[in-house]
Amino acid sequence: MKKQNKAAPQGAPMGAPHGRPKLKTRVLKRLLGMLIKFYPVLVPMTAVCILFTAIASAIPAVFLQKVTELIENWQSIAAEQKLPMAEAWRMASAEIVPHILFLAGMYAVSLVTITLDTQLTAYITQGFLCKMRREMFERMQNLPIKYFDTHKHGDIMSYYTNDIDTLRQLVAQSIPTMIRASIVVLSVFFIMLYYSIWLTLLLLVGVLFMFLVTKKIGGGSAKYFLRLQKSVASLEGYVQEMMNGQKVVKVFCHEKQSIEDFDKINEGLFQESYRANANANMLGPILMNIGNVMYVIVAMVGGLILVTNTPNVSLSGLAFGVDIIVPFLSMTKQFTGNINQVSQQVNSIVMGMAGAERIFELMDQVPEVDDGYVTLVNAEIDPDGTVRESETHTGKWAWKHPHSADGSVTYTPLRGDVRMTEVDFAYTEGKTVLHDVTLYAEPGQKVAFVGATGAGKTTITNLINRFYDIADGKIRYDGININKIRKSDLRRSLGIVLQETNLFAGTVMDNIRYGNLDATDEECIRAAKLAGADDFISRLPKGYETELSNNGANLSQGQRQLIAIARAAVADPPVMILDEATSSIDTRTEAIVQRGMDALMKGRTVFVIAHRLSTVRNSDVIMVLDHGRIIERGDHQRLIEQKGQYYQLYTGAFELE
Amino acid sequence: MLKRLAKCVREYKKYVILTLLFIVGEAVIETLIPFVTANLINSIKSGADMSVIVKTGVLLIVMAILSLCFGGIAGFTCAKASSGFSKNLRKDLFEKVQTYSFQNIDKFSTSSLVTRLTTDVANVQMSFMMIIRTAIRSPLMLIFSIIMAFRMGGLLAMSFVVVIPVLAFGLIMIGRYAMPAFRAVFKKYDRLNESIEENVRGMRVVKGFSREDYEKKKFGKSAEEIRGDFTKAERIVALNTPLMQICMYVNMVFILFMGSKLAITTAEIDVGHISAMLNYGMAILMSLMMLSMIYVMITMSTESAKRIMEVLREEPSMTSPADPVTAVADGSIDFDGVSFKYSESAKKFALADIDLHVKSGMTVGIIGGTGSSKSSLVQLIPRLYDATEGCVKVGGVDVRNYRIDVLRDSVAMVLQKNLLFAGTIRENLQWGKPDATDEEIREACRLAQADDFVMSFPEGYDTFIEQGGTNVSGGQKQRLCIARALLKKPKILILDDSTSAVDTKTDAMIREGFWSYIPETTKIIIAQRISSVQDADLILVMDNGRITDMGKHEELLQTSEIYREVFEQQTNGGDGDEEAE
Repeated sequence: MKKQNKAAPQGAPMGAPHGRPKLKTRVLKRLLGMLIKFYPVLVPMTAVCILFTAIASAIPAVFLQKVTELIENWQSIAAEQKLPMAEAWRMASAEIVPHILFLAGMYAVSLVTITLDTQLTAYITQGFLCKMRREMFERMQNLPIKYFDTHKHGDIMSYYTNDIDTLRQLVAQSIPTMIRASIVVLSVFFIMLYYSIWLTLLLLVGVLFMFLVTKKIGGGSAKYFLRLQKSVASLEGYVQEMMNGQKVVKVFCHEKQSIEDFDKINEGLFQESYRANANANMLGPILMNIGNVMYVIVAMVGGLILVTNTPNVSLSGLAFGVDIIVPFLSMTKQFTGNINQVSQQVNSIVMGMAGAERIFELMDQVPEVDDGYVTLVNAEIDPDGTVRESETHTGKWAWKHPHSADGSVTYTPLRGDVRMTEVDFAYTEGKTVLHDVTLYAEPGQKVAFVGATGAGKTTITNLINRFYDIADGKIRYDGININKIRKSDLRRSLGIVLQETNLFAGTVMDNIRYGNLDATDEECIRAAKLAGADDFISRLPKGYETELSNNGANLSQGQRQLIAIARAAVADPPVMILDEATSSIDTRTEAIVQRGMDALMKGRTVFVIAHRLSTVRNSDVIMVLDHGRIIERGDHQRLIEQKGQYYQLYTGAFELE
Repeated sequence: MLKRLAKCVREYKKYVILTLLFIVGEAVIETLIPFVTANLINSIKSGADMSVIVKTGVLLIVMAILSLCFGGIAGFTCAKASSGFSKNLRKDLFEKVQTYSFQNIDKFSTSSLVTRLTTDVANVQMSFMMIIRTAIRSPLMLIFSIIMAFRMGGLLAMSFVVVIPVLAFGLIMIGRYAMPAFRAVFKKYDRLNESIEENVRGMRVVKGFSREDYEKKKFGKSAEEIRGDFTKAERIVALNTPLMQICMYVNMVFILFMGSKLAITTAEIDVGHISAMLNYGMAILMSLMMLSMIYVMITMSTESAKRIMEVLREEPSMTSPADPVTAVADGSIDFDGVSFKYSESAKKFALADIDLHVKSGMTVGIIGGTGSSKSSLVQLIPRLYDATEGCVKVGGVDVRNYRIDVLRDSVAMVLQKNLLFAGTIRENLQWGKPDATDEEIREACRLAQADDFVMSFPEGYDTFIEQGGTNVSGGQKQRLCIARALLKKPKILILDDSTSAVDTKTDAMIREGFWSYIPETTKIIIAQRISSVQDADLILVMDNGRITDMGKHEELLQTSEIYREVFEQQTNGGDGDEEAE
């Protein structure tokens, strides 16, 4: 049932020692598709802004070249004609200044686009992440309980923390950088072709070299970063376990040993960390200096061409000269610089893709299906027994059952009659955990399940509220097959109190109201009184308005259970499922909790999963389960007289495990 | 704080120094390159001899290769230094926690310690790396570039005088506004994640009450709220780029304009100068940008560093004495006028006026409600906490005079919050005695009634226990924990509610085993069930931090109201008051 380690992203073939992480275009496509779907106007707009900015940063090279050319021209003209300096400047500026002004204009435009682009990127990134989070959360809410039973909670959480973080980097930085840099590279490339094809080809050789270096070092770095994530996860696991058990460590004087074990894991983490970072750190200077070397080679070859008078081949048909070499050189710099920028993103892209792939995995989980059409409605019941639907809250409920055959609608009053007939069930195919279970509970009856861990007690209750669906047999609720009932309505008619109490951040009042969102404060307090929780709640510093944090860590186990009972009481369902708490609470608190439970059970159909035999004695029926079969059934008296399994359990001869 | 953190560099100091050296080298070359490049261009332009061009070119290539080597090596050593630093930091943290007393441990939650050891250390490592990579390089580049620019450009360099302060001011302002915004967002972000966790954990409740839509709405609201705040913060930071660009553009336009004017009106400046000035301009602005990034990084990781320091600064509240007693004579226990509270600031004493004398080999039972301080009482015996007043003696010696590990090896305690660790059953049991033989292990397990079920597993003692011990039942876990404690062959054995999930029959068998096999060991048993203690030589009834009654079972039924009440409650409910899982 355990999932594989959370830090092993499926995007990377971790097993293969030489396998470099592959980019999955499918994932990228889907991600970009979502981005555009979320912001159909802003994303293209940002792209346009980036385009402008990129072009605006590519073009100045041309102007620089023009301006230098003009300066040199005028310098020589001034020298030849022996013009006075001021006169020369007056004439030169008439040509130079418009160029500079045009350049300034370009800059102004680019300033506007770059501001827009960065602001929009910030806006889109956060919006995108928010929408992703919401979509993940909403899909998660729709997943069946099975998903949560079979996945570690830490793994699910890491979708929301680690994986979303990698997406942030990807959307905010990597993708814009990639777009910007590729546009610059492309436009510079064409400008270079315009000047000289020979030099461009030369540069391409260098670029190929840079590409290979990036693939080797950058890819290596990405590989180690993915491994680093895994190492961090294993360290986290170890620290978690040790910190949890720190008191045990102390009692056994086991400190030295645990430090030794920690050192081993820590050393592993160090190895991955320094390899990943070394590769990443080295990539920048190496690429930059390959760029520098390229620069020099271009300059030297240019000089050579100039000296040897080799004819130039270019789109412009310009003759080769200094005025071509100089701008070409500055473009070389720009070109390699941008390629460098792209390669710096390799890591975050690989990690982002791995994160995205995992997130999509969550999103692609098959949601819980609900094709029930029988709904729960407010009802009025006439004295003659006919049931009518009511618009207002009447305190009475009925099942509304539309029949597709003839279009008629029938109403069945909600009573709380549950029958299971010959039910079989398996969590995983082939491993049947319930065999041929038949039982019935009439309205107001209390049915208790007793048996060892794994005997199937909890499983039965999982089936009644359709956390899981049965494989074979039938379950009827008030005579209606529960598969026909809309799940939310079915669950609304069933209250649950689980053995592990889960409370939510919020006030005590909020937590009680969770059972019925329409309940007034008075109703909530009444429920708390019924559960026996009012007493301690009123003694809390802020009473019902006390904020609970961290699953109610500021309350005792017993107090939390009392709130859970009040929460179920305010929902006022006709059928209750009670899974008794197993943790040991002292006898007095237990008595209070027990009284609360008893009050809650009154007048309802109740299924109790019992861990203390003392609490099942007054049940109408006790079912003793063993390996998914009901082996004994009857009330306390009868079972004791039978002297079977129940008797043995009851006299303490067997462990209830 | 920095001093303590810097201490973690230790054996990686040489890598730090190497990094700094190589980075200085790289920076020097990097500043010189434009200078030589300008020469190269000029010589090409002036139509110089090919040999001059080649000479300059080769010089440049050598410089680039040097810079590559320096940069590459610096990148490598820097990675080694920063990873090593964080390794040592984690080690120090972990070792520090190992020295903590229970009192120290109580101060930190598990999850907060985990975050400190992972995320916080990673943040600090990031900053450390940034600092050694750029803290020297950027100011160096800045100064170099400024000097070179003034030397070469003269009047042209005046634009820097205007642009640099503007940029610096702008960057600082952005940092000022962005930082608190980010801090606020991160707090909210943590809360958002907490609420997700709550949902994941409590999914049965959510689904059981059909609250999916309610939770979606609730989550949507907080997610949108975070988006708003986050966007605001990010947009402030996003102003960095345009600010940087405008400075750069103004600079370029000024240099081009003034440069061309100067080039034509005076002879001091030529085209090569102008292009070099443009390069220096870029370098200066980039360095400033980097510095502002470091500033942001450092402020961001200050929070993490503070949290780390909290752990490192926490003084272990318990140490072995200078001249400790290294042997425990016997299992006698004496409490002389002991009072105890968990922290000095606590108003209420957890234990008050405890006088208790237990002879070696006795069995003592303790009964009492939640909060009656049963656990507090026994925790003073292996010196998990120190008594606030009075003194606790084991074997006639004050526990504070023993070497702590000697004392704890003689006093085995099975904690209420029992834990097994990931590993095989054998490995878990060896916590009690690292060199225990198979026979010793089985012997202890037989005594704890664990041997039968362990042997029923296909892999016996090599069965792997999952983290948290999830693959054995509650009762089995408790019995293994008892066996683990027995392996220590202690003089005193304390069971703090350690058989609550064990059925009454097995519970009785375990106790019988104690009497017949380890009669000389003092046994203290805390229990909820009267049946677990009723045969003890001495039973203590505790209420509200005091021993209200003590005596044997029959006596207490007569004299102690609380005892009688609990007894009646349990017998009325049938004698099978048992629990499972």
